[in-house]
Amino acid sequence: MKILVTVKEVAAVDDEFEIDGLEIDDRYVTADLNEWDEYAVEEAVQIKEAGDDVEVVTVTIGPSETDETIRQALAKGADRAVRVWDEALEAAGLLDPETKAEVLAAVAAEEDPDLVLTGVQSADDGFGATGVTLADKLGMEWGAVVNDLDLEAGVASVHRELEGGVEELTDIELPAVLTIQTGINDPRYASLRGIRQAQSKELAEYDLADLGLDAAGIASPLEQTSLYEPETEGEATVFEGSPEETAAELAALLEEKGVTN
Amino acid sequence: MSVLAIAEHRRGELRLVSLEQLAAGRDLVDDLGGELHTAVIGGDVETFGAKLNREGVDTVHTVDVGEEFNHDVYTQVVTQLAEEVEPTVLLMPNSVNGLDYAPAVANRLDRPLVTDVVGVDAEDGLTATRELYGSKVETTIDVHAEQAAVTVRPAEWPTIETDGDAAIEAFDATVDESAVRSTVKGFEEVGGGDVDITDADVLVSVGRGIEEEENLDIIYDLAAALDATVAGSRPLIDNGWLEKDRQVGQSGKVVTPDVYIAIGISGAVQHVAGMKGSETIVAINTDPNAPIFDIADYGIQDDLFEVVPALTERFR
Ligand SMILES: Cc1cc2nc3c(=O)[nH]c(=O)nc-3n(C[C@H](O)[C@H](O)[C@H](O)COP(=O)(O)OP(=O)(O)OC[C@H]3O[C@@H](n4cnc5c(N)ncnc54)[C@H](O)[C@@H]3O)c2cc1C
Repeated sequence: MKILVTVKEVAAVDDEFEIDGLEIDDRYVTADLNEWDEYAVEEAVQIKEAGDDVEVVTVTIGPSETDETIRQALAKGADRAVRVWDEALEAAGLLDPETKAEVLAAVAAEEDPDLVLTGVQSADDGFGATGVTLADKLGMEWGAVVNDLDLEAGVASVHRELEGGVEELTDIELPAVLTIQTGINDPRYASLRGIRQAQSKELAEYDLADLGLDAAGIASPLEQTSLYEPETEGEATVFEGSPEETAAELAALLEEKGVTN
Repeated sequence: MSVLAIAEHRRGELRLVSLEQLAAGRDLVDDLGGELHTAVIGGDVETFGAKLNREGVDTVHTVDVGEEFNHDVYTQVVTQLAEEVEPTVLLMPNSVNGLDYAPAVANRLDRPLVTDVVGVDAEDGLTATRELYGSKVETTIDVHAEQAAVTVRPAEWPTIETDGDAAIEAFDATVDESAVRSTVKGFEEVGGGDVDITDADVLVSVGRGIEEEENLDIIYDLAAALDATVAGSRPLIDNGWLEKDRQVGQSGKVVTPDVYIAIGISGAVQHVAGMKGSETIVAINTDPNAPIFDIADYGIQDDLFEVVPALTERFR
């Protein structure tokens, strides 16, 4: 069995930051493996550890600077990694879910996986749509927001986490794409041995032509035209001063609101 | 030119976002001209259809297929309906189920998809407003296409309460059963713990800012001093540091205490969905840009490890 896991490097923004045109100035940005993808990788590695002959391959769309992040997934037990990037992708600007799915589908066509796991969403742009778009492009079945997974005889029995503490129990025919929700498992830390081994695992680089994709077809229909800090709608009274002072003000407020012990 | 909004229901209830979308749809139709259509698929379509007949809606399509949501059925039906109505903008909810079929529909119709929008405008081509980096910044996006698909963030638009005079039309969809490769077996309620956070007057709610499980002691001390109940954001529940039924938010509980103290919680939309109805909201967070301050009534922009013990001390 082969499991393909999509992983992405996401940007986290510092508490204080400056906007530079349509981006946040690099100085205020830290790169990390997308939180939801961490759970997807862990789920795949656990399936591998539970069964015979399971290969876990990760796929990423991103420049070479993301290699270090991708190696985190290898250090946690993925067998090898594929990364796709080229000038056309770089020039496309905001990659919409369809464009990303198109690229990922070309990799999936090469790899021919039985199961594809993605994160529910990425922490930076948060489209939450790439996994299901990918499934439909591949003609695979799918399930979005999966927080429990049981594989048996060509069927994935999943729980989909709905709103308000309700889960939907669904049987999904394989091959399928599942978008994985946090909490489905307990992602491991990479061991020192894992980190060492990750260095020698294969990380293949492709451009669009390698995948038989036409760079001219890569234009994203979405164009980001502004980036700004939203005006705060709220009118919070912010207590100022040392922690003792602000705590005293808050304590007085709470007492006024009738909160006492 | 027209807009088509697809309603959502679960276990016999029309979900609120179905009506909120109509307001977003109305905004678009005001810009675009043309008609506002809405549709309900499955369940008690007659009752739902009547509820969707709100002011400004031109046509309600009812599609009588099955009881509950199934994404294979929805994908087929919405695709057929959109081919029939040919809306300039196809609206769907940015709910868990919306995200389980909207991308497939957009793909089949070959329309760009913009998800989780908090604003739309069609005066000069379609423009959508979205949030990035956990709501720290907002962005506007121009959609370069004649026709698009959009998912609408719940609780961003008001519901239209006035009844309308829409035409209610049954739509005859053809469902290819061989393409239905998923089966919904049922539902399960999460929970089973012994606290009811929805019942508490005062909630001390803790987020990822607490860093380590051991650090929770300062939160328990505060809760004890205030005679309050401890709740939390999702990462603490995912880590197993708090029981599942203490989770506040979209997938957790909706709470409305007199006082909600959010400690080290950024205020992600899915968290806010569960606590914005609290009477008084207090936020303690080092990040002055944290979105929690947008909905807080009172805030302290400082380190919780200093503020929380000092606050506890005041009640000893
Ligand atoms: C489908 C779906 C459903 C979801 N459902 C829920 C849900 O029901 N409930 C929920 O909560 N989330 C839910 N989430 C997750 C949600 O998107 C966020 O990831 C989560 O709410 C973040 O939790 P947090 O605010 O505790 O953590 P973070 O976003 O990491 O925020 C931590 C905050 O702590 C602050 N901080 C750090 N150190 C300190 C310090 N020393 N002193 C003071 N402040 C500090 C930081 O500035 C930051 O603002 C859901 C997500 C999805 C995709």
